[in-house]
Amino acid sequence: MVLVALLTGGLFLPQWAMFIVTIAFAKALVALGLMILLRAGLISFGQALYYCLGAYAAGALGRFLGIADIFVQMLAGAAAAGIAAFILGFLLAKYRGIFFGLLSLALSMILYGLLVKNETLGSTDGFNILPSTLFGTRPGPAWVRYAVLASAAVVSLGLALVVHRYLRTPLGRLAPAIKDNEIRVEYMGASARYAVHVIYVVAAVLAGVGGALAATTVGHIDPDMAFWTTSGEFIFITILAGTGSVVAPFAGALIYEIIHTTAYDLSPNTWQLSLGAALLIIIVFLPQGLWSLVSKMSTRYARHP
Amino acid sequence: MRKVLVALAVAAAMPAAHAQSVKIGVVTFLSGPAAAPFGVPAKNSAEFVVEQLNNGQAPAPYSKKGFGGAPLEIVLLDEAGSTTTQVTEFRNLVQRQNVDLIIGYVSSGNCLAIAPVAEELKKLTNFFDCGTPRIFEDASYEYVFRTSPTATMDSVGAALYVKDAKPGVKSIAGLNQNYAWGQDSWGDFEATMKVLVPSLDVKTSQMPKLFAGQYNAEISALLSAKPDVIHSSFWDGDLEAFILQAGPRGLMKQSLTILTTGETAMHKLGKQIPDGTVLGARGPFGPYAPNNQYNKWFHGGFVAKYKDEPNYASYQMAQAFLGVKAAWEKAQDANGGKRPSNEQVAAALKGSTFEGPGGTVKMSIGKGHQAVMETAYGVTKLQGGKLTVTNVKRYPAEKVNPPEGVKSADWIKGGFKAQ
Amino acid sequence: MDGTIYSAWLFTAALGLTLIYGVMKIVNVTHGSFYALGAYAGASLTGAWLAAGYPPMLSYVVLLVAAVLVAIVVAPLIERGILRFMYAKDEVVILLITYALFLILEDVIKLIWGVNPYFIAEPYALLGSFEVGGLAYPTYNLILVLLALVSGVGLMWLLHSTRVGKLLVAVIHDPEVSRAMGINVHRYYLATFTFGSLLAALAGAFTAPTVSVVPGLGVEIIVLSFAVVVIGGLGSLPGAALGAVIVGVVRSVSVHYWPAVELFVIYFVMAMVLAFRPRGLFSLAEPRKI
Repeated sequence: MVLVALLTGGLFLPQWAMFIVTIAFAKALVALGLMILLRAGLISFGQALYYCLGAYAAGALGRFLGIADIFVQMLAGAAAAGIAAFILGFLLAKYRGIFFGLLSLALSMILYGLLVKNETLGSTDGFNILPSTLFGTRPGPAWVRYAVLASAAVVSLGLALVVHRYLRTPLGRLAPAIKDNEIRVEYMGASARYAVHVIYVVAAVLAGVGGALAATTVGHIDPDMAFWTTSGEFIFITILAGTGSVVAPFAGALIYEIIHTTAYDLSPNTWQLSLGAALLIIIVFLPQGLWSLVSKMSTRYARHP
Repeated sequence: MRKVLVALAVAAAMPAAHAQSVKIGVVTFLSGPAAAPFGVPAKNSAEFVVEQLNNGQAPAPYSKKGFGGAPLEIVLLDEAGSTTTQVTEFRNLVQRQNVDLIIGYVSSGNCLAIAPVAEELKKLTNFFDCGTPRIFEDASYEYVFRTSPTATMDSVGAALYVKDAKPGVKSIAGLNQNYAWGQDSWGDFEATMKVLVPSLDVKTSQMPKLFAGQYNAEISALLSAKPDVIHSSFWDGDLEAFILQAGPRGLMKQSLTILTTGETAMHKLGKQIPDGTVLGARGPFGPYAPNNQYNKWFHGGFVAKYKDEPNYASYQMAQAFLGVKAAWEKAQDANGGKRPSNEQVAAALKGSTFEGPGGTVKMSIGKGHQAVMETAYGVTKLQGGKLTVTNVKRYPAEKVNPPEGVKSADWIKGGFKAQ
Repeated sequence: MDGTIYSAWLFTAALGLTLIYGVMKIVNVTHGSFYALGAYAGASLTGAWLAAGYPPMLSYVVLLVAAVLVAIVVAPLIERGILRFMYAKDEVVILLITYALFLILEDVIKLIWGVNPYFIAEPYALLGSFEVGGLAYPTYNLILVLLALVSGVGLMWLLHSTRVGKLLVAVIHDPEVSRAMGINVHRYYLATFTFGSLLAALAGAFTAPTVSVVPGLGVEIIVLSFAVVVIGGLGSLPGAALGAVIVGVVRSVSVHYWPAVELFVIYFVMAMVLAFRPRGLFSLAEPRKI
């Protein structure tokens, strides 16, 4: 139902708005991963690592193998990020709090450094990736934005449903328990480390898909995708959205993009100030994120039908 | 969320307010470290040129008001932020603001990312400053142009000047920022020097992080390596910090130091730059600009308006406007005096030759989409409390740019053949 | 020698960050803004001082005054105006608030000083230079080293040998019990934030003569000082010193012998240290809550 609404609604959007919504989907996927990490009390200042890996995996497919199918690209992004996270997870699953965040930051900055040094991949200039195709066909110029948007919507919705289900499994319910008191979790006989490792890989896969999607949408990738400011942007979206529901990151990302583009548009000289002020206001007045508005409304509605 | 989407859709449906004027998107750095040396001088230049053109005050053949009589209107955009942001905002400029054409982009990464988008949206886009030759060497475009020369010219010109100024040069060293611009600049310079001096000894290539700000360790490494020549493509804050830190330690006295973008620091730092430092301006701009009527108009007017010297980014911006204006008016004439389409302007700009405050600009490579110009270098000398350049040597365009169809790297490696 | 100068500079910049984290548990991104503010204030005040023809030797005092001015005007404004309402919130949320403030301050700086660079080169060259191993160094660098030593030792002395410092240590260990004992915790937070910001502003002001003061100055310093503080152990003063020395030495060695890796060597060290000492080199044991 939601999918149909999204797909038909998308048809009426102007092209530039389709682009913004698609980018919002890509960023929302990363934020969704951060959200499930946050439920376990973990905050990663280096999620851009997987975002960037996903993007470069998608870009490499086109550059070296000539494959530009949008679904294959997303799959490659997911695989690259998942494998990397599985390996790094053995190290990171031990860490909590600010140290988890800072170690992930260091790892993503190392990737940044490696990419900047790599001149065959264009160093900081990055490289352009092939125009995306859909099941082997290339949609015409009038439809390509919509095709990318529709693919993004389908994949995002599917992943959001999977995450929604996952949150209701025993392993998914362990996350808030780890946040509250890890030792009690261990006494219960569950392995916090295993749970964190799983969550970490899931979050990375989501970021990898987001990165691949962003790459194919923008058509260009560069090492800045792994820079710490990119990670900061994702954290901002996550906090902005709140952790109430899997829908929250999507709403948060869209609103973030709208604030961002409006700030650029209205005050080209002081957009940082506008952006900072808008975000400050949201954090101060809606500490639980924007989603708390929705939950408040629905409880009020439930009380006074 | 639904409401927001509706709002977006409504905003998009609103028609452009002025159908008659020519709306030009101008994209350059308004914040961040690149704002002071490039972004703001370029923005000022764009505003100056637009004001002059709208009043019909530029010298002939640019004396017609606006573009072919239609007044110009600037939509300003900050270039700072990720390439994702830049692509988003480019699309907004084209599809929401409905600009007629776009002039802008300093960062090579942004230029590479924007070029295919401009092509997809069929919007005439002229890059005014970015340097990488990859744009037109790796792809070809219909709607994308660059009226400024590539970075290859800077490095080749620098090497030729070094060889002329110091014929017995035996060793070189580099200090360049660790990102694409620095790596490419050094790569081209090193390759050219190796062709010119086959027995060349490369002492060290320092690649500090962009915006590191503290260069004591690098300066020590350069001082102890004692090369004949030091090449640096540092710009802005890094360049100025390097000059401030290296000057008192006598680095420029020990080795002939060539700063390929040094001109941007020249007006601000002045006497902090030791005598005998080689300065580049990425073409015949600023102190190297020819004494033609366009330069008199541009330089005089700019200084009168801003009480500040225009630097090479200002020249490049002015040149970008003049090139498009000439093409626009040529296309309009061919179109029976009616407003030309983007395709018609692009066809007129392709392969054209025009005059600007930096002299002759020939759109002769990159299938007629990439400009070549002559270039010049000189050494600093403090004269009467004012920093000037002496021993200026000029190199014709054909000597410092590859011919059509040859990639810069191959051209250098092949010993500049097929000139 | 290069390592020493760089370490000293890093230490001064990172000291305030670790102090604020140690006392208030705030990962303070505005630290970078204070660094930039200090540099701008230092450059413009000293520039005005020199232009007015006052003795250049006193410009060092002007730099000091500029940093103090920035800290006592802006820091209380931020702490009293915004941060104090946020102490109950999560560490990460406070970090984001400081990030938002950082964005705002970046543009405020631009609105006040514009985008054009400021230089005050005179103080850098004024003291002449000295030679080490055949390489010339401006004597000004010794001032940076001195500044680092004075602020480090001074802060240690303040914390361990004065009544105020001892009370502050009590606040660090348990703000609630301290409050119960009649300590005005809020006043200590205000003082800590101002003092920590002062250290950042000092680092900025005294760096100003060696660089060109441009927009974006504050961004670089944030991550660098984070790396230093994390390597040493968040909230630990000797840790910050050790972290600064490690980063400084590693960077100089890589510049001289292997310039290609300079870009990420700092993060590599950070990752290695965290991999083997998850809480940094100097870290306090944390009680396990059951």
